[in-house]
Amino acid sequence: MPETPNAPGAPAGASIEAEALTKVYKGSALPAVDAVDLTIHAGEFMTLLGPSGSGKTTTLNMIAGFEEVTSGRILLDGDDIARLPPYRRNLGMVFQNYALFPHMTAAENIAFPLRQRKVGRPEIDRRVREALELVHLGEHADRMPTQLSGGQQQRVALARAVVFAPRALLLDEPLGALDKKLRESLQLEIARLHTELGITFVFVTHDQEEALALSDRIAVFRDGRIEQVGTPAELYERPVSRFVATFLGDSNVFAGTVRDGRLDTGWCSLTTGTAGASAAGTGPAALVVRPENLRLGVAADPGANTLSATVTDVVYQGAFRRVLVRFDGGGAGQVRDTAGTGGAVAAGDRVEVGWAAEAGVLVPDDEPAATPEPEPAAAR
Amino acid sequence: MRSARTLRRGLAVFGVLVGLWLVVPTLIVVPISFSGEDSFAFPPSSWSLRHYTTFFTESSWLTSLLVSLQLALIVTVVATVLGTMAAFALARTSFVGKGTVDGLFLAPLIVPGIVVAVAMYAAFLGWGLVGTPVGFVAAHSVLALPFVTVNVTAALAGFDRTLERAAAGLGASSFTTFRSVTFPLIRPGILAGALFAFVTSFDEVVVSLFIQSPNLQTLPVRMFNSVTNEVDPTIAAASTVVLVISTALLGLASISRRNRRHA
Repeated sequence: MPETPNAPGAPAGASIEAEALTKVYKGSALPAVDAVDLTIHAGEFMTLLGPSGSGKTTTLNMIAGFEEVTSGRILLDGDDIARLPPYRRNLGMVFQNYALFPHMTAAENIAFPLRQRKVGRPEIDRRVREALELVHLGEHADRMPTQLSGGQQQRVALARAVVFAPRALLLDEPLGALDKKLRESLQLEIARLHTELGITFVFVTHDQEEALALSDRIAVFRDGRIEQVGTPAELYERPVSRFVATFLGDSNVFAGTVRDGRLDTGWCSLTTGTAGASAAGTGPAALVVRPENLRLGVAADPGANTLSATVTDVVYQGAFRRVLVRFDGGGAGQVRDTAGTGGAVAAGDRVEVGWAAEAGVLVPDDEPAATPEPEPAAAR
Repeated sequence: MRSARTLRRGLAVFGVLVGLWLVVPTLIVVPISFSGEDSFAFPPSSWSLRHYTTFFTESSWLTSLLVSLQLALIVTVVATVLGTMAAFALARTSFVGKGTVDGLFLAPLIVPGIVVAVAMYAAFLGWGLVGTPVGFVAAHSVLALPFVTVNVTAALAGFDRTLERAAAGLGASSFTTFRSVTFPLIRPGILAGALFAFVTSFDEVVVSLFIQSPNLQTLPVRMFNSVTNEVDPTIAAASTVVLVISTALLGLASISRRNRRHA
């Protein structure tokens, strides 16, 4: 198999395009992946984000070649690879459970892809050493996987996946099996690897914090389709649906009907602002307001919304307080209070909660009308 | 506290007694085999190696030992190859009636040996396989196969198939993946199955009695014939040889399986 030495100046990463990519499992009526179109630019860090069963992992496995494509194309730098066996695709892959070969040392694991490519002994030794240095495991070359911690094993897996200079690295929930501290340090490691190697990363996760922290762009999956693709900021600030809004970060959601530029929830009437208003049009809609955009106290702005509420709980989170409220007339909400104005409030207090009209994003209401409780971050 | 300790001691004593009850009758043949007399008297009144000399020099004994060893080796190869392939098929495919096929593979362990023997004898008579090497290999392979499939199936159940994906993703073809990842990791299970297969054939007596011929007798058959026709303490030496070989191989199998668990 030819290698792709990264010539100076040439882009190191490959672009990956999915065209109408579809996967229907035998015996299943609903497609697991339903005509997905996605363009991943060369060198980009693209995250496939979604709840379990949304099709993100199936999509990644089709790119890797582990799942057969039912229909559609996968273009790697323009060449259709959808029918190639995985061992001919030349893509790096990192798994949630590390998938290190337990009968080989760390160095032998990393040498494995090089041996498949008939690289010479001295060259293998040199590149294995470099790869181990790259992930700061220089002294652990001769350890067996069972003698390494989870974080170290995943670093070996990362080294093994990039040592043969693939033009893209596929990562399937690589941090899912690690505890929170290790997860954060490996996040930084992965971000650094992406910068240093300059190759395309396709990263699957259900952890929205991870996605926001690492990605150039995020594709949000839902029921086998892509709901929205965009930069973390675009998704967070301008979600196109209630699903995206609630999946990424915490939100206050007011469901209702749009009439004359205002949202009627049945218990209050809200100014919608402009964001997303055209997309939502008229009819069932939801107004999404991030907790950090809510203020305790009457909003001075005449275009603003103000609601009366009762504080149900105040959660101290260090840098801020999470003030949970129940609005008069219905619905729970939360305010992220950094200014300290909430310092005085306590459960049971009566408060005014306000926000500037432009802080709200109007989205089509695509979910059952259940009142969303503030979701715990990174539910798993 | 005190009564718990007494109970523990009592249980330990009981366990040792049961263990002795299991092995002592078998181990009696060992001193008898070193007896200097031409009888089964226990304990022997004098000691010698004469029964071993007879065993390893008299051609009828030596021939049947070689027959048994050769047969067991061939059966090991046949049963290990077929049983491993069957284990892969059963572990990695699903089809209608797979549960029944799973059960069929265990049948030789469950069906009474005498029934298997009579059935094989009847079938082999018609096919002209009685008293032939092919007949012996076929019969013993049937009996040995379940031990291989059971061991290899267990090894495959503990094998993480993500490793095969990882190997494929790293550029290894299906064959290379099997050779360098799957096989080394399930090898302890295959090895254990192979050792069981060898011992199954080496120890087998019921079916062999039915399909024996005067020219083709395995060691256990030769021993059985000897004990029914004459009182020849050489059989004690033969028993000790069989005991040592079987125990050593099964000991290896159990070590091999323990290694698999620690892998």
